[in-house]
Amino acid sequence: MSTEGDLLHTVTADNISDQRRRLGKAMVWGSAGLCAALAIWQMMYETGRVASGFETWRPILYAYVLWAFALCAAQVIVNGEKGKRTLFVLPAALFVISLVVFPLLFALYISFTDWNLASPNGPQPNGWDNMVQMWNDGFYWNALKNMVYYVLAVSVEYVIAFGLALLLNAQIRARKFFRVVFLLPLMLSPVAVSWMIGKSMLEVRFGPISRLIRELGFEPSFFGNPEIARFMIMAMDAWTFIPFMMIMLLAGLQALPSEVIEASKVDGASGWQSFKEVIFPLMLPVSVTAVVIRIIFKLKLADVIINVTSGGPGGATDSVTSFIFREYRDRSNVGYGTLLAMVYLVLIVIFVTLLLKLVSRWMERPA
Amino acid sequence: MTATQTNAVFKDHAADTRVKTKWWASRVAIYAALITWAIICLFPIFWTITTSFKLAPDVMKGNLIPWWDFTPRWKGWESIGISPRLIGEVSTVREEFLKRFWNSTVIAVSASLLAVILGSLAAYGLSRFNYRFGFMRNSDISFFFLSQMILPPVVLALPFLVLYKSLALLDTRIGLILLYTLMVLPIVIWIMRDQFQGIPVELEEAALVDGLGIWGSFFQIVLPIALPGMVAAFILSLVLCWNEYFFAALLTATNATTLPVMVASQTGSQGINWWSMAALSSAAILPLVIVAIFLEKYIIKGMAAGAVK
Repeated sequence: MSTEGDLLHTVTADNISDQRRRLGKAMVWGSAGLCAALAIWQMMYETGRVASGFETWRPILYAYVLWAFALCAAQVIVNGEKGKRTLFVLPAALFVISLVVFPLLFALYISFTDWNLASPNGPQPNGWDNMVQMWNDGFYWNALKNMVYYVLAVSVEYVIAFGLALLLNAQIRARKFFRVVFLLPLMLSPVAVSWMIGKSMLEVRFGPISRLIRELGFEPSFFGNPEIARFMIMAMDAWTFIPFMMIMLLAGLQALPSEVIEASKVDGASGWQSFKEVIFPLMLPVSVTAVVIRIIFKLKLADVIINVTSGGPGGATDSVTSFIFREYRDRSNVGYGTLLAMVYLVLIVIFVTLLLKLVSRWMERPA
Repeated sequence: MTATQTNAVFKDHAADTRVKTKWWASRVAIYAALITWAIICLFPIFWTITTSFKLAPDVMKGNLIPWWDFTPRWKGWESIGISPRLIGEVSTVREEFLKRFWNSTVIAVSASLLAVILGSLAAYGLSRFNYRFGFMRNSDISFFFLSQMILPPVVLALPFLVLYKSLALLDTRIGLILLYTLMVLPIVIWIMRDQFQGIPVELEEAALVDGLGIWGSFFQIVLPIALPGMVAAFILSLVLCWNEYFFAALLTATNATTLPVMVASQTGSQGINWWSMAALSSAAILPLVIVAIFLEKYIIKGMAAGAVK
């Protein structure tokens, strides 16, 4: 992408009258004022200083939406052609800012309160108490430790996905059939998967896999032993998400220049040599993208755990998300749960930034 | 084959036959691996769908193959009110199921649609014009959008719970639609930016010369070309929204619950009622399995975009 000047040049001869400019500004400030006034009134009503008010904050939301539309419209009214360009990005930016930045600021406030939805007196700021509680909470650290294992499992998924992509890229018949079949697990919802595999196929008495293991002469127990339970969760998650990496790697393989591979064959490289010396290095950028995105998805892992083991046995399979989910579900501890989530967010941001930095340095090209 | 070769006029050299056996060996290995993985992918789906037609004894005996091992029955599907016998009658369970199904459909479709609209506009703007919002330039704005992908749902879940409560958006479809749009927006922007960068600017320049405005050329020239990419982004979003569980579990209670929440709530109660759970799971996964079979091309296109630069 070029850095200087627009890619698409437009010559504009806007002469915008002062009246039009004033109208645009009046729209923005008027609606903003309306929104702010309503918000202040509602706040005073809730604190009991004004007798009448709205039942919920819904009208303020409407005023906010009105302001957002006024802001978008005013871009064109005030800035003319330039505003039309801004209008491409502005709606998405407003949407994300209002749905992420405000809640995050709010979360920051909640995380330093002792808010429990079950208690009658709302949020009370309690300073660093939540932080201290977190520091002494073995289950949270345990969940973080599990996340490390879960993220490390991505390497195995990567190997399998690469193998499958190579298979699909080979000269085979019925390629489309295999591609659809291999893609199917990605379509299934993790909740359905946790019943299909976790609760029925791995059921100790009647599940087909348990039956198979009993035939082989072992006693099946999938969720009793911490290590095996964690492995089963990893396997189920891998089953759903391997297609995701596989498709990205397959796209990479198909985009490889065929001349290079043919040249390596002419030079007498065996299959393994041409893979190690030619295909794999050329696939590095795609691999990195696939692995990084997969890791980002992995950090959100929760659905399978919530539905299959709910963190058991003894927290061995807990991910941070599932742990916080239970903290809220079982104890309605909004304040503490939010603090845990915020800490997790900070850790993730640090981790992903380091990862990207490391990758870009290693590949010696800007990310 | 060797028998015919011994008395054939044109014989392969010994070295050539060695290559041939090696080639056959690699063929066999490739297909064996392909079929093994295909079974790994298909067996759980096969198991779920067949179990929905089983009765308790069939489950306990571990019967696998319909009509040979066991006779398929509609018992499982009757528990969600869908079977040839019950289809004409009024059934509360079916209404319950269809309500969830309809919720899922409405939420997934509208969230994906909203995300594709917002995301395409933003991606087009970012790939064609230079912006400066304060200190933020184009690459910063792109990074701002894409970085939302890192945001774990837990961070937003609890604040949204409280915010939605005061906005009376808890347990409504609109509340979930907004969140899901936010969740898939970075992915849509990622795919669409790639699409728009692949379209030559000269097309729009020609349109501008011919008298169209920026928005006119976007709608009349660029959109039709980028349509396959938009469909890909839409379908990928649809899959993600349809399967989402975490937000739905936290933010809905009775009115706006989606299918995954219904599936999850059934597992806990009433022991393991195999046939009805299997029927419910099958019904929850079937729409996307059908989507996968018929629109596989678009899903792959969507995921491949951006992976290859």
